[in-house]
Amino acid sequence: MTDHHDNLPAPVDEPIANPGLPAHEPRPTDVDKVAEKRAERQVATFFFLSMACAVLFVVAYYGISLTEESGDNTTFAGLGASHVALGVTLGLALMFIGIGIIQWARKLMADVEIAEMRHPVASSAADRVETLAALNDGLEESGIARRPLVRNSLLGAVGFVGIPLIVSFTDLGPVATPTVRRNTLEKTVWKEGTRVVRDVTGTPIKVEDLEIGDLMNCEPEGLVPVHSEEDEREGVEYLEGAELQSAKAKAALILLRMEPKDQTFSERSPENWSIHGIVAYSKICTHVGCPISLNEQQSHHLLCPCHQSTFDLADGGRVVFGPAARPLPQLPLTVEDGYLVAQSDFREPVGPSYWERDSK
Amino acid sequence: MSTESVATTNGKTAATAKKQGKGAKVVGWADDRLGLATVAKKNIRKIFPDHWSFMLGEIALWSFVVLLITGVFLTFWFKPSMGEIQYMGSYEQLKGVHMSEAMASTLDISFDVRGGLLMRQMHHWAAMLFIAAMLVHMARVFLTGAFRKPREVNWLIGGLLILLGIVEGFAGYSLPDDLLSGTGLRIAQGMMQATPVVGTYMSFFLFGGEFPGEIIIPRLYMIHILLVPALILALIGAHMLLLVYHKHTQWPGPGRTEENVVGFPMLPVYAAKAGGFFFIVFGMTALMGALMTINPVWKYGPYNPSQVTAGSQPDWYMGIAEGMLRIMPGWETHLWGLTLSWNVFIPGLMMPVVLLGLVLAWPFLEAWVTGDRREHHLLQRPREAPSRTAFLVAMMTLYGLLWAAGGNDVLAVLFHLNLNHITYFMRIGVFVIPVIVFFFVRRWCISLQRHDNEMLTHGYESGVINRSPEGGYSERHLPLSPDHAYRLTAGDRVKAIEESDAADANGVRGKGNTRRAKLSQALYGHDVDAPTAEEIEDGRRHLEHDLDHDDHHSADGHQYDGRHEVEGESLRGH
Ligand code: HEM
Ligand code: FES
Repeated sequence: MTDHHDNLPAPVDEPIANPGLPAHEPRPTDVDKVAEKRAERQVATFFFLSMACAVLFVVAYYGISLTEESGDNTTFAGLGASHVALGVTLGLALMFIGIGIIQWARKLMADVEIAEMRHPVASSAADRVETLAALNDGLEESGIARRPLVRNSLLGAVGFVGIPLIVSFTDLGPVATPTVRRNTLEKTVWKEGTRVVRDVTGTPIKVEDLEIGDLMNCEPEGLVPVHSEEDEREGVEYLEGAELQSAKAKAALILLRMEPKDQTFSERSPENWSIHGIVAYSKICTHVGCPISLNEQQSHHLLCPCHQSTFDLADGGRVVFGPAARPLPQLPLTVEDGYLVAQSDFREPVGPSYWERDSK
Repeated sequence: MSTESVATTNGKTAATAKKQGKGAKVVGWADDRLGLATVAKKNIRKIFPDHWSFMLGEIALWSFVVLLITGVFLTFWFKPSMGEIQYMGSYEQLKGVHMSEAMASTLDISFDVRGGLLMRQMHHWAAMLFIAAMLVHMARVFLTGAFRKPREVNWLIGGLLILLGIVEGFAGYSLPDDLLSGTGLRIAQGMMQATPVVGTYMSFFLFGGEFPGEIIIPRLYMIHILLVPALILALIGAHMLLLVYHKHTQWPGPGRTEENVVGFPMLPVYAAKAGGFFFIVFGMTALMGALMTINPVWKYGPYNPSQVTAGSQPDWYMGIAEGMLRIMPGWETHLWGLTLSWNVFIPGLMMPVVLLGLVLAWPFLEAWVTGDRREHHLLQRPREAPSRTAFLVAMMTLYGLLWAAGGNDVLAVLFHLNLNHITYFMRIGVFVIPVIVFFFVRRWCISLQRHDNEMLTHGYESGVINRSPEGGYSERHLPLSPDHAYRLTAGDRVKAIEESDAADANGVRGKGNTRRAKLSQALYGHDVDAPTAEEIEDGRRHLEHDLDHDDHHSADGHQYDGRHEVEGESLRGH
C-alpha cells in the first residue's frame, strides 16, 4: 500500500518565488456607469434578437410549404426553402442567447478571480481505518468467512443463475452448426439450369449479347422481380423482401467475355466452366463482402471499390492486389436453350472467410 | 509564496437573513425534503479555472445534449423496420421504388416533416462534433499531463466514452438502410464473420441469421436509442462527478499552485459561460444543419446487397479502421480445416484495441517508469514532457496516415497517383514515419526547453537593435517580467530515475528495477531541467549590467516591445 504521505501534491521546485496573483484591474464597466449601462443594453439586445428569430421560425414553419403546387420541393439556393429558413432562424435564436449570456458574464458579472484551497483526494487516515473496521464488522457479522458452505453454495447459485440468462439469448439467431452452415453460408440459389439474367431488367442472356471485353452485372433468375405473373418462368422461385436481400447478398454475379486465348485454365477454373471466353464469377468480394464493380478493360482485372482488392478473371479469379486472401469463386457456366445457365451452384462458399470455412 | 492577497471572501459566512424572501421559502421547502443544502453550499460557489482548452470537453458534452434532443425528435417518425414497401412520398426520383420502411421513413423525415431534415442533419453534424471534440479533448488532457494522479480513472472513463461514441455513431449511421450505410454494415458483418473461433456464431446471432436478414435494423435501433446512450449518459455522469470532486487542473502561474485552484465561481460566472456556450454549440449545429448537407441518403438510394457506389467512404471516425483494412496484405492461414483471416482480424479487431489500449495505458506506464505516486493539479506544457508529447504526436501521425490510407482511392484520383504505390508506401510508412516523428518531436521539445532556459538566464530578444560606436550591431536582450519568468519555471518536469536510485526500499536491486531505470533514462534522460535560482540570478545580474551601460536610461526597456505593460502607463484605457 502506498504511504499516505505520497498522496500530497508534488512540491514544485521553484527557482523563482511565486509572485502571487496579480491585482485585479477594473474593467470599463466596473468604473464607468455609462459603459455599464451600454453593456446592459447590448446584452438585452441579443436576447431581443433571439426572440425575433424565434418568432420568425414560427412564421417560416407555417408560411413556407415543403412542396409547391406542382409537387416539387420548394427550394432556396438548391436547399429546401423551409429547411433553410427553419434552420437559420433556430440557429440564430440559439446563438443570440448564447452570445448574450456570455457577454453578460464578461462585461457585467464580477470578474475577480478567487482562490480556493484543494483538499487531498484520498480520505483521511482515520476515515480509512474506520471504514475498514466497519467493513470488517459487517463481514464478521455475516459470517461469510466462518461459513464456507453457505458462502460457496451462494457463489455457486449466483453462477448457475447466470447460465439461464446467457442461454436465453440463443434464439437471437441460428447456432452455426455444420448443418446450418451448409444450408446458409455454403449455399446460394444457383443450381443446375438456373438462368443468368441481367440485374436490372431480368432478361436472360445469350452468348451473342456479350462482345469481347464486355462486363455484365447479373443475378440468378428469381432474384430480379418480374412485372407480372406471365413473365414468371415455370419452376423458378421468385423471392421478395428480406429473403431476396439475403439471397442477393450471396448470389450476385459478374459476367465477363474475353478472348479465349487470354484465358489460363487450372484445376479450380477448368476450361469447360466458360463458354466462348465468357466467365462467371461471384460478385461478392472474398475480403469482407462488398459487391465488386470496377473493371480494368485490357487486363481482365476486377477491382473491389471498398478496399481495392483486385482479381484476375482470366486466371481463376486470382488475387493480384489488395487485402483479399482468396480468389473469387467461379460459377460453372453452360448454355441451355440458347441462354447462359449455371452447371451447378458455386463449388465453394462465396464471400468473406470464416473460421469453419475449410471444414467439410 | 503568498496567496492571501487574492483569497478574498468566497461567501463562507452566512448572511443573516432579515426577512424570509420568496426564494428562501422555496429553498426551505426543498431542503426540508431533500436536505441538499449541505452539498450545495460547497458547490454553488465552486471555483473553475479558465482556459480556452478547457472548452473542448464542454463541446463534447453539449453536442451530446444536442444529440439527445434531436435524436428524440427523430424517434417520433423513424420506423426501424426492414419490411419492404413501395415509397410514395414527395421525393419524385424515388417514387414507386421498393425499399425498407427504415429508408422510406428517413425520406419522409427529410421531405415530408417540417424541420425533419434540419433535425436529421443537426443530429448527424452533432455526432461528428461529439466524436471530434472528444478526440481533441483527449489530446489536450494527454499533452498537458492532466491524466496524472488522481485523475487516472477519469482518463479511462474518457477512453470508454470515445469507444462508445464511435459504436453509437456507427449504429446510427446504419439505421436509414441506404446504399452507403448498408455497404458499411456489410463490411462490419464481414469483419465479424472472419473473427477467429466465434465469428460465425457472433454474426449469426447479431443478424438473426445470414446478412442482411430482416432484424438487424430493429436491433441496431435499440442499441442506438437505448443501450449505448444509457451507458454514455452514466459514464458522462461519473466523469462530471469525478471532475467536481477532483477540482479542475489549472495552468501554473502567479498565485496558482498545486494546493489551490484559482478562477471564477460556478455561480454566476462559470454557469453563465458554460450555459451560454451550450446555446452557442446548439446554435452552431442548427446553422450547420441548415446550410451544410450531410448524408443525403436520397442520392444513394435504398440498400441493395449487389450494388455499391464507387469511392464510398464511411463517416470520418471510421477512417482509420478502413485504412488498416486497406493496407493489410492478404494473409490467411488454413490449418486443420480452420481458417484464420489475419487480413481481417489484425486490422479490424486487434489493432484498434491495441492502439487505444496503448494510449489509455500510458498514464500507468508513465507513473511506473517515473516512480511518481504524487498528486498533480498543475498542468504541464507539452514541451515539459518531451517523450510523452512525442508519443502522442507519433500516435496522431499514425492516425493521420491510416486515415489517409482509408481514402487512398480518393488520394489517387486527386493527386494522379498510382493507387498501388500509395498502398505500398503506407504499408511501410505506418511503421517508419511515426518513429521518425517521435524522435523529431522529442528533439523539438527539448530545444524548446533549452530556449525557455535561455530566456530565463539571458532574457528575451527585444527586437531592438543597438549600434555600437564602433559600428557593430547587436540585439538588446531584456529580462522577462517576473510573472512570465515564474510561469516558465513553475511547471514541474518529469525526472528520470537514476540506476543507482533504482534499488528498492530494502536496498535490493531487482532486475525489474534496473530495467525500469533503463527505460526511465531512455524516456526522460535527455530532458533539460529548469535553471536553478542561482543561474537565473546570475543571468539577471548580467543583463542589468549590460543595460546600465546603455547610454540612455530606461527602467527595464519593456516599453520597446509593445508586448508588456509599463507601470503608470495604462494600456487598458477606454
Ligand atoms: C452519442 C450519441 C449519438 C450519436 C453519435 C448518434 C449518431 C447518429 C447518426 C450518425 C445517425 C445517422 C443520421 C442520418 O440519417 O444521417 C443517427 C440516426 C438516428 N439517431 Fe442518433 N446518435 C446519438 C444519439 C441518439 C439518441 C440519444 C437518439 C434517441 C433517443 C437517437 C436517435 C436516432 C434516430 C431515431 C436515428 C435515425 C433517423 C434517421 O436516420 O433519419 N440518436 N444517429
Ligand atoms: S471488401 Fe473487397 S476489398 Fe474489402
